[in-house]
Amino acid sequence: MPMADELALLPGYAIAHLQLSLMAIGLGVAISVPTGIWVTRNARLEPAVLGAASVLQTIPSLALLALMVPLLAGLAGLLSGLGVELRSIGFLPAVAALTLYSVLPILRNTVTGIAGVDAALIEAARGVGMTDRQRLLRVELPLALPVIVAGLRTATVWVVGTATLATPVGATSLGNYIFSGLQTRNFTAVLVGSIASAGLAIGLDALVRTLERGLVERSRVRIGLAAGFLALLCALALGAQLVRVASSAQRPIAIGAKTFTEQYILAEILAQQVSRWTGLETRAVQSLGSTVVFDALRSGEIDVYVDYSGTIYATIMKREGLPGDRARVLEEVRQYLADEHGVLLVGALGFENTYALAMRGRDARERRVGDISGLVPLAPGLEIGGDYEFFVRAEWQALESVYGLRFRAQRAMDSALMYQAIAAGEVDVISAYSTDGRIASLGLALLRDDRGVVPPYDAIVLASPGLARRHPEVVEALEALAGRIDEPTMQQMNGAVDEHGLAPAEVARRFLEGLRFR
Amino acid sequence: MIEVEGLTKRYDGRVVVDDLSFEVGAGELLVLLGGSGCGKTTTLKMINRLIEPSAGVVRIGGRDTRELSGPELRRGVGYGFQQVGLFPHMSVAENVGVTPSLLGWSPDRIRSRVDQLLALVQLEPAAFRDRAPSALSGGEQQRVGIARALAAEPGVLLLDEPFGALDPLTRDHLQQALIRIRRELSLTVVFVTHDMVEALLLGDRIAVLRDGGLAQLGTPGELLQSPADEGVAELMATPRRHAGIVDSLLADADG
Repeated sequence: MPMADELALLPGYAIAHLQLSLMAIGLGVAISVPTGIWVTRNARLEPAVLGAASVLQTIPSLALLALMVPLLAGLAGLLSGLGVELRSIGFLPAVAALTLYSVLPILRNTVTGIAGVDAALIEAARGVGMTDRQRLLRVELPLALPVIVAGLRTATVWVVGTATLATPVGATSLGNYIFSGLQTRNFTAVLVGSIASAGLAIGLDALVRTLERGLVERSRVRIGLAAGFLALLCALALGAQLVRVASSAQRPIAIGAKTFTEQYILAEILAQQVSRWTGLETRAVQSLGSTVVFDALRSGEIDVYVDYSGTIYATIMKREGLPGDRARVLEEVRQYLADEHGVLLVGALGFENTYALAMRGRDARERRVGDISGLVPLAPGLEIGGDYEFFVRAEWQALESVYGLRFRAQRAMDSALMYQAIAAGEVDVISAYSTDGRIASLGLALLRDDRGVVPPYDAIVLASPGLARRHPEVVEALEALAGRIDEPTMQQMNGAVDEHGLAPAEVARRFLEGLRFR
Repeated sequence: MIEVEGLTKRYDGRVVVDDLSFEVGAGELLVLLGGSGCGKTTTLKMINRLIEPSAGVVRIGGRDTRELSGPELRRGVGYGFQQVGLFPHMSVAENVGVTPSLLGWSPDRIRSRVDQLLALVQLEPAAFRDRAPSALSGGEQQRVGIARALAAEPGVLLLDEPFGALDPLTRDHLQQALIRIRRELSLTVVFVTHDMVEALLLGDRIAVLRDGGLAQLGTPGELLQSPADEGVAELMATPRRHAGIVDSLLADADG
C-alpha cells in the first residue's frame, strides 16, 4: 500500500493511542502516588505493596492485556445484575492493563523518593511547626519530585510502547499498523506504526522532562509550556472522544477480524457489502485474538465476523472424536450457536480454510508423500512449524493421537513468518491455511488428511444475538454473500494482498464489483 | 518560664530520661550538659514535643504544653540543631519565613521580618535573601538556622548542639552572636551541649545530666566551686586544666 494511504490512517490511530496512553498514565499517577505516600506512612506495608506491584510487572504485557478480557467479562457478568454495563473488549481492558503496568515505576519511585528525604529535613520540618500534611506537601513531595518524575517517565515510555499491544484486545492504537502490517506483509505499515509510537513516546517523555525541569528550576515558562502542551494533548484526546460519541448516535455496525490476511479481506467485504446494501455506517474492529473475537460477538461488542465451522466445533464446542462431513458439522454448529449463545449463523461463504499440513513441493515429490499417513514414518526426522494456536488446538491433538505423528521438533511462530520459514528450509512441515495464496506461490504441497481427523473449516458469517433484531437488513445483505466465495477465489484474494501488496479494502472492492456484474 | 516536672521517657521499658524536674527562668539560658546517651537531647525534644514524654509535665509560660497540638506548640518555640536542616528547595528568605508562613502572616510582614532577622544574625539581607542554602558556608547556614528558629518571635529557643560541627573560630563568632541576640530579645533558652567550655561560656545555669537523671544543677561558679560529686568534679577539671595550660603559656610568653 502506498505511503499516503498509510498516513491517512495516522491521525485516527495516533489519537486513539494517545487516549489510551494518557488515560493509563493519568490513572497510574492517581493510584501510585497516593499509594506510595500511604506506604511511606505505614512502613510495615511497604514490602507487601511493592512486592505486589513487582509481580504485576513480571506478567508479560501481552498476557496482561489478554487476561483483562476474561477478567472484565467476569466482572461485567457480576455488574450486569446491578444494571451496570461493562465492555470486556476494546478501550477498557487496554486501559486497565496499561494502568496496572504503569503502577510499579511510579509507585516504587514515590516510595524511594519520599524515603530518601534527609532525616534532618524531616526533623527541621517538624521543628518549625509543620503538620504531617504540610511536611508532605512542602518538604517531602517537592524533594521527592525528581525521583517521582523519573518513575513517571519510565512509565510513560513503557505505556506508550505497550499500548501497541492493545490491538488484539480490540483497542485501536498504533499497534493496528503493526499487527495488520505483519500479517499482510505490509512493512510500510509496520514501519509507520513503529516510528509513530516511538515518536509519541519520545514526545511525551520530553514533555514530562520539561515539566520536571520547570518544577525543579521553578521556571514559569517551562511549566507553562509543558502544562500547555499536555493540556492540548488531553483536549485533543478528549475532543476526539466527544466527536465520536456525538457522531455515533446511530451506532455503526462493528465488524470484527482475527489476525490474518484472509480475515482482513473478509471483514472488508462484509463492511462494504453492508454499507452498499443498507447505507449503514460500519466500523472495523481488527486484529482480535481468536477467542476474544467470539466473546466480543456473543456480548454484542461486535456485530459480525467470519469464523470457521471447525474452529467453533473444536475450540468452542470442544467436541472430540472424528468429525462428520461438511454439511453435518455446519448444521451442528448452527444449532449449537443458536441454542447456547443466541449467535446467528448467517451463512457459509462457500470455501473452506482448513488447517492442512504442507511440505515443500519438491520434498513431497522426492519422498513420495501425498497424505498425512505417508508423512508419519518421516516425521521423526523433520521439524514442524505452526502458528501460535496450532499446537494447543484439538486438531493437533487429534493428528498426534490418530496418526501417531511425532516430529523432531515443533516451533510455534507468527503465521506470516511460518511461510518464510518453510521456504527458507528452516522447518520442513507447516500448519498451512488451505486458502493461503502463498501455498501456490511458494510451491508448497498440501498433504491429504486421509483419516479424516481435521474437521471441515467452512468460512461462516456469524451475527451477534442483537443484530437480526436491530438490523434485519444487515443480515439480509450478508446472506447474499452465501456461497459466493470459492477456494480459488479466496486464494487469489489472499495472494493479491500477501504477494502483490494490494490493500485488503481494494481487493474487497474488486471482488464486490465482480460479484455485481456476474 | 519553663517548668519541667517529673519528665520521663521510656523506650520499650528502657528508661532514657528518668523523672526529671527543673525550671528555666524568663530570659535565662540553661545548658543541658552531659555525655552521649545521658538523655539531654531527648529532654530538649520533649519540651517542644518532637518526642512525646512517657510521663511528666512541661509548662511554658505557665501553660501545659499538651493543651496545644504538637505543630501549634512548635510554631511558638524556636528550635535549632546541629545539622541545621535548611530546606534545599527553598531560598534563604523562604527558609527563614517558613514558620510565619505556616502561621498565615502576610507576605509583606514576612519579608520585613526576614530582613530584620538576617540583619540580627549578621547576614546582609540583600546579599543573602535569595541565595540557595547550598551556596552558604557552614557558619552561614547555622546563622540562617537560628534566624529561622526566631522568625515567629518565640519567647523560648531550644538549641541542640547548634555549633557542634563548626570550626573553632566560626563557633566562637556564633557563640558571641548568640550571647548578644538572647540579651537583645531577652530570650529564654535551653541549650544542649557536651562541650564543657561552651557550657561555662554561655550558660546562666548548667544542668549536668547523667543516665537520664540530674547530677547537679547550678551556676557555672557553683559547679566549679562545689561540684556535687566525683563525676561533676571530673567534668569541671578539664576546662580548668586547659585554662591553666593557656595561662602558663601566656605567662611564659610575657616573661
